[in-house]
Amino acid sequence: MCGIVGLFLKDARLEPKLGGLLAGMLGTMCDRGPDSAGFAVYGPERADTMKLTLRGPAGFDLEALAKALQASAGGKLRHVVRDTHMVVTVPSVAEQAIRAHLAEAAPQAAVVGAGRRMEIFKEVGRPDRVADRFGLPGMGGTHAIGHTRMATESAVTIDGAHPFTTGADQCLVHNGSLSNHNAVRRELMRDGLAFQTENDSEVAAGYVTWRMRQGMTLSQALERSLADLDGFFTFVIGTESGFAVLRDPIACKPAVLAETDRYVAFGTEYRALVDLPGIEQAKVWEPEPATVYAWEREPATRHSTEWH
Amino acid sequence: MPTVDLAATPLRELNAALHRIGPQSNETHWRILNPRGQHAVAVGIDAPIAVEVEGHVGYYCAGMNKQATVVVTGNAGTGVAENMMSGQVHVKGDVSQAAGATGRGGLLVVDGNASARCGISMKGIDIVVKGSVGHLSAFMAQAGSLVVLGDAGDALGDSIYEARLYVRGAVKSLGADCVEKKMTDHHKAKLARLLGAAGVSGVDVGAFRRYGSARRLYHFHIDNVGSY
Repeated sequence: MCGIVGLFLKDARLEPKLGGLLAGMLGTMCDRGPDSAGFAVYGPERADTMKLTLRGPAGFDLEALAKALQASAGGKLRHVVRDTHMVVTVPSVAEQAIRAHLAEAAPQAAVVGAGRRMEIFKEVGRPDRVADRFGLPGMGGTHAIGHTRMATESAVTIDGAHPFTTGADQCLVHNGSLSNHNAVRRELMRDGLAFQTENDSEVAAGYVTWRMRQGMTLSQALERSLADLDGFFTFVIGTESGFAVLRDPIACKPAVLAETDRYVAFGTEYRALVDLPGIEQAKVWEPEPATVYAWEREPATRHSTEWH
Repeated sequence: MPTVDLAATPLRELNAALHRIGPQSNETHWRILNPRGQHAVAVGIDAPIAVEVEGHVGYYCAGMNKQATVVVTGNAGTGVAENMMSGQVHVKGDVSQAAGATGRGGLLVVDGNASARCGISMKGIDIVVKGSVGHLSAFMAQAGSLVVLGDAGDALGDSIYEARLYVRGAVKSLGADCVEKKMTDHHKAKLARLLGAAGVSGVDVGAFRRYGSARRLYHFHIDNVGSY
């Protein structure tokens, strides 16, 4: 099972409502994945800064950690605590020093995501409650993806929850299972990628990061993944400015796309989309197997492209 | 005419009401509003009634249908008209995978496209798709007809038994043991009847190609067909 959702806005007026809309979509997908949930939101950026999303164990004092980080950075750091996670905005030039300090001073806190715009949150529990704990309905941004998990092959832990991120501002959610992930992981590790888990979906995320580091666009990386990744998958991928969907060649896992002049929305089932504004008039279709669908956001003009 | 708003009425209440309809009922025309992608809308009807569903439905809509005519104005999810026995199901939008799966009778009409595995294991149902069908359509199809006005995806009719497939557009590839067959006047007449039943007019039956089983794969010999 598992449910995945994604929302990519074209109309800036919807941006303050992004989190609220995604929370509704995620809530509908509770019955496809009641174990755990996660989501990534691409929010506002600040010049020359990076956002680090940190996660501490239950009861961990994130405010105290923020103070310690500020002391080490020698200046005020914007930080927002959301339940077990904290997003710290750091000067890009200081990112490595702050990561090094974190690893030393607070090894129990993990950096779960980093990017100029991406914030990432995941927890064990019913997806609607997870969304509320993190305050998703109040978040704004340009695009977001989310996942509700029904664990089948590994334990219900935060480590198994999606989205997986393996590069700045890049994340991926996956419905399905990959069969050659161990071989691909070994290859990627030889090329310098680091993985946090044994999870197959993390390998898919790493694969996209690896290909994009080689200079491919998101669409090109996904096109190539059809030859290199074996198994069942529907992927939804976010980058700093992009949003993409890909299904395996036999379309093993369900998927529905909807597009209006205000947004592109993805849902494992159409049910997840029914509360979006204007959905009755949207173009609603099932994405073709082995076909990359990608949309790219540009600072001034935004356009959508489909690759067949 | 009963109108049921699924935004207000639980789906189980609607389906239970549809199942209670007896042969003498005067409630022969139902309108269903706000299906909002719910699964199993109007499944298991066994009465000669008309049901109009306004909007998009989820999985298995009108499954196991007997006698009824079910019309969906939007799209339908996986397994629409699954195991239909008789009657008619008409979807005005697109349908997802496994439309008409295992259907034993009746007519399924899709105005848009059907995704993969349309008519999988069909056992007597007739399916008319005005758009295109995805890969592995009519997989292990046993009886009935699949008519496609558009194109067919990979592996059409894989491991097919005795169903008849008529495709007007391109077939990406044929599945194991599925071959093109001669379109005789007998088949043209059958196809014309199917198109007529589906409300399709102005289409040249001569533009279709027929596909079926080469009968080399399954352990059944056509000469013994009378014994079954």
